[in-house]
This record gives sequence, structure tokens and C-alpha cells, in this order.
Amino acid sequence: MSSILEGFSQAFSLILHLDAELLGIILLSIKVSGCALIIATITGLPIGAVLGLGKFPMKETSITILNTFMGLPPVVVGLFLYLLLSRSGPLGFMSLLYTPTAMILAQSVLAFPIVASISHSAIAGVDPIIKQASSTLGATPLQVSWTVITEARYGIMSGVIAAFGRVMAEVGSILIVGGNIAGYTRVMTTTIALETDKGNFELALALGVILLSISLIINVALHFVQKKGTAGLRR
Amino acid sequence: MSLRLITTDIYKSYNGNEVLRDCSFSFEKSGIYVLTGHNGCGKSTFLRICAFVEQPDSGEVQYISNDEPTLKDLSLRRRITLVLPRAGIFNTTVFNNAAYGLKIRGIRGSEARQRVERVLDFVGLGQKKDQNALTVSSGEAQRLGIARALVIEPEILFLDEPTASVDQKNTGIIEEIIRRMKEERKVTIIMTTHDREQASRIADHLLVMKDGKIN
Repeated sequence: MSSILEGFSQAFSLILHLDAELLGIILLSIKVSGCALIIATITGLPIGAVLGLGKFPMKETSITILNTFMGLPPVVVGLFLYLLLSRSGPLGFMSLLYTPTAMILAQSVLAFPIVASISHSAIAGVDPIIKQASSTLGATPLQVSWTVITEARYGIMSGVIAAFGRVMAEVGSILIVGGNIAGYTRVMTTTIALETDKGNFELALALGVILLSISLIINVALHFVQKKGTAGLRR
Repeated sequence: MSLRLITTDIYKSYNGNEVLRDCSFSFEKSGIYVLTGHNGCGKSTFLRICAFVEQPDSGEVQYISNDEPTLKDLSLRRRITLVLPRAGIFNTTVFNNAAYGLKIRGIRGSEARQRVERVLDFVGLGQKKDQNALTVSSGEAQRLGIARALVIEPEILFLDEPTASVDQKNTGIIEEIIRRMKEERKVTIIMTTHDREQASRIADHLLVMKDGKIN
């Protein structure tokens, strides 16, 4: 018990003094997850919108596949990307393995179905009266679609925040494709795993506290967005 | 009345249940047309077909304009509008809701602001323009639905059961707004109501729908 308390004490000391190594790890984590989130949003939101607004064959099957991908095991994603990016793989010529770019790719693959699926649910859940009201006011089909997407904005933001939460806490895939190289591809989660293995609990705990704080901020933001989205009843 | 509406032999059914049958009528005079009849007689369906929200199974909806002989779909849809029984208020401010029709027509700036403020004052919501529209009462939401339609200055305004879900006080206010729209803004109003007394109170032309036809 005392060693845990001591660990926490040293962890807070590291945070307070903002150790350079710690800062580098935090910034890389945010950079990798932030870039992955941007890619996932740019690709996932239009897919969610098409699924939420469009009518086409195989729509239900596409939604089921997307929902299944929300539970993708990170290590499997890491394995597939490793096979693609390794020297003997089809994308080996790009030399992306063990780089932050490979980590961004892995996290994008994990975040994409979350953004797309939650965006789809949010858009499909918009009251059909909105579509009719917009149309009766003279909106073109494109303007009607944009109005529906705008109405779903809080739901979409929830999806983006949830995806950020997932990728920030992710370890399996980025460990495989990033290699956990100090000062280059080492992020918070992979450092926690490594330092715990080494018995160096101070840094692991410090990063754990920071990760938990980020998770808390994400959840507060999510709660705020969801509360804002449900404020008032639809008339 | 520069825009006239003629419906010819409109037929509509849902799952084999006939709602409208050879429904024909010419709306050629200005004023307030009130379409009444018991619940489920097809009043709302008729209005929705006239406003292009639904398609008839057969028959024709024809708009004739004195100033534009060949009316294109979008330009026609922008000269008429329908206020639904539940207005379908957007999750934004009262002002932005009312400004929607202008925004999608590319009308912005001071002209848009003045038009929106005038209409909001007209329906008695001027003081609430910065409030989130989802927090207003159901009567105010219905008035906002009317304001949103009025701001685009339609020539024909369809109102589907505009007072069905509002209290007595707001019913009176909405009826007064309807009368003033006709007098001050020269809008032709075609509305439905199941309330026969209300129909008699405000109609210039009282129409009764029975067995899927207008009598």
C-alpha cells in the first residue's frame, strides 16, 4: 500500500515539474490521436450521412457491418496493418512501419466506424418533421440534407468525442505498428505498459493520472454535448 | 390573386384505403379557404398533396401564374408553403428559425434581419428572438412556424390544423394572425380544421370534405 502511495506521490511530482520526457509523450499522444480523429471524422461523417439520409440497396447490411466494426479488436487492426506496412507487405515500399503515421492510420481505422455509426444514428434519429418543414419552406434536396445534419450536430459531436476517447486509450494496435520507440513513437498508453513491465511505476502512474484526467475531460464534454442536444422538446 | 391553384381528379389511398377520390377544386379567389370535415376525412392529405409534400396516386395539381407562364418546380415551391400541425422547429434561436427560408434563398444581411424582425413582431415573438426555439411554448412554436412561412412572403399559405395542439389563448392569437395575414399581407390562405366553429369564424370560403371529395 505504501509503495502505491509513494508511486502516486512521485507521479504527481513528475506532473508538477512537467518532466520533458513526460511532456513529449503527452504531446505525441495528443498529436497521433488528434490526427486520427480528423481523418476518421472527414471519412466517417459523410458515410454516416449517406447511411442516415439515403435509400439504397444493401443499406441495412452496410449499417450492420459498420456496427460490427465498432467492436474491432485493436490487436487485429494492428496485425493487419503490420502485414500491409511491413517490408514484404503490399505497402511496404512506403516505409511507414514504426512511424507515427502508421499509428495514426491504426487509430483512424479504429475511430472511423465509431464516428460513422454514431453519426448515422444521430442523423437517422432526427425527427422526420424537420425534413418536411425544411422542404415546405423551399429548400433544395441538398439544403434539406444539410438541415438534417445540422439538427444532428450534438449527436455527431458525441460520436467524435467517443471516438477520441477510444483512440486516446488504445494500446494494442499502436504498439504493433508503432513499435514503442522512445522519443519517436512512444505514447502514453504504450509507455504505461512498458514502464509497468519494468516495475517503474512512477512514470506509469503519472501517465495513468493524466490519461484518467483526459478521460474525465472527454466525458464531461460528452455529457455537456448530450445535455445540450436534448435540451427542450421538439415542437 | 396572381397564383391560382387547380386540382383535378386527385386520388390517393394508403394500403388500399381510399382517402381522396376524384377530388377537384379551383382556388381562384383570394381570401381564407377553410377545409373542414371529420378526422381522417383526407383534409391534411389534400393539403400535403397541394404543397408537394406527398404525391397523388393519380390526378393533377396545377398552379397557374399570371406573371410566370411556365412555372419551374423550385420557383413554384418557393411561392407557396405549408405550415405543418407540428411546426418542426429547428434546434436554434427563434430568429434563426424565422430566417431559415431567407437563408436558403441566399438573402442575408440587413434586409433579411429587418424582414425577420418585422415578421416576428407580427406574430408577437419579437421579444423572444434570441431564445432557443425549442424552449418556447407549443402555441409560440406554432406562431413561429407561421412566422417562418410568412418571412418568405408566400402567395399561397397552407395551414394544416394550425390550432390543433395549442391552448385557447393561443388559438385566439393565431386566428387573429390569420385574419391580419389576409388583410395586411394579401396572402391567400388555405387551411384545414376539424373545428366547425373555428371554420365558420374565420372562413371567407368554407369547404367541407366528405367521402374523399370537396363539397
